[in-house]
Amino acid sequence: MILQSLFFYLFSAVTIAAAFMVISARNPVHSVLFLILAFFNSAGLFILLGAEFLAMILVVVYVGAVAVLFLFVVMMLDVDFVEMRQGFLQYLPVGALIGIILLAELIAVLAGVYIAPETAARVAEPTPPLSQMSNTEAIGSLLYTKYVFFFQMAGLVLLVAMIGAIVLTLRHKEGVKRQDVSAQVGRTRDEAIEVVKVKSRQGI
Amino acid sequence: MTIELGHYLTVAAVLFTLGVFGIFLNRKNVIIILMSVELLLLAVNINLVAFSSFLGDLVGQIFALFVLTVAAAEAAVGLAILVVFFRNRRSIAVEDINMMRG
Repeated sequence: MILQSLFFYLFSAVTIAAAFMVISARNPVHSVLFLILAFFNSAGLFILLGAEFLAMILVVVYVGAVAVLFLFVVMMLDVDFVEMRQGFLQYLPVGALIGIILLAELIAVLAGVYIAPETAARVAEPTPPLSQMSNTEAIGSLLYTKYVFFFQMAGLVLLVAMIGAIVLTLRHKEGVKRQDVSAQVGRTRDEAIEVVKVKSRQGI
Repeated sequence: MTIELGHYLTVAAVLFTLGVFGIFLNRKNVIIILMSVELLLLAVNINLVAFSSFLGDLVGQIFALFVLTVAAAEAAVGLAILVVFFRNRRSIAVEDINMMRG
């Protein structure tokens, strides 16, 4: 139990510190790397909560896909980030004020969290004990049966996002030769070959 | 010394606040704003998983999975828009994004 608390404090402290560095780092590449650190440590928190599957998905999806996407974009865009930092301190007071108010409100609400005893009777899908079923198996047996339509909708959301991203960023450069299959197939013999009668000793 | 639900909720609250704070602080850099949105969604996921774990209800984890999906889609489309915008205007500063103002 003491080890669990120790790891909770470790993971949450590193997560919060990394999140702070994400918003305050001078270099956006460092921001992305701190974002990856924050995601890794939240995956640790998920494991402490017994949600191994989501922890692994967090690492795969966020670190493997989203953070790398951010890294690509940050490195691809040729932006003067130093000039972008100007006005940083200008928004600090109002941002800090709103942040402190929001944090105070959230903690005031969450510190007194109390779960009514009758809530336990109203659980929609009780988590099966680990001796019977692993976390991944339990999620799968629920996701592919009762929530299969939501699962399909999530797939559609990803499909739309993929098509949208491709359509947005695809561009046809001018002056690049491309293969045109219909033009190639539609060529007739007459326009492809020119028969020239060459007289002897004269050339063309 | 045992870790209760309130501990996880506090971590998520601090993370959420940092995300909101990041949006205010980096008013010029759209990439950092998108990263702050990712932090907000991560805080939401921590809340969902914490409640799911402490109430013994698996649906919270299923919902967190869908939040993850939407976050990935949002990042992909957002960054694609950013790339197209940079191609057209050579800038990603928030003040320059006013083409739709009319």
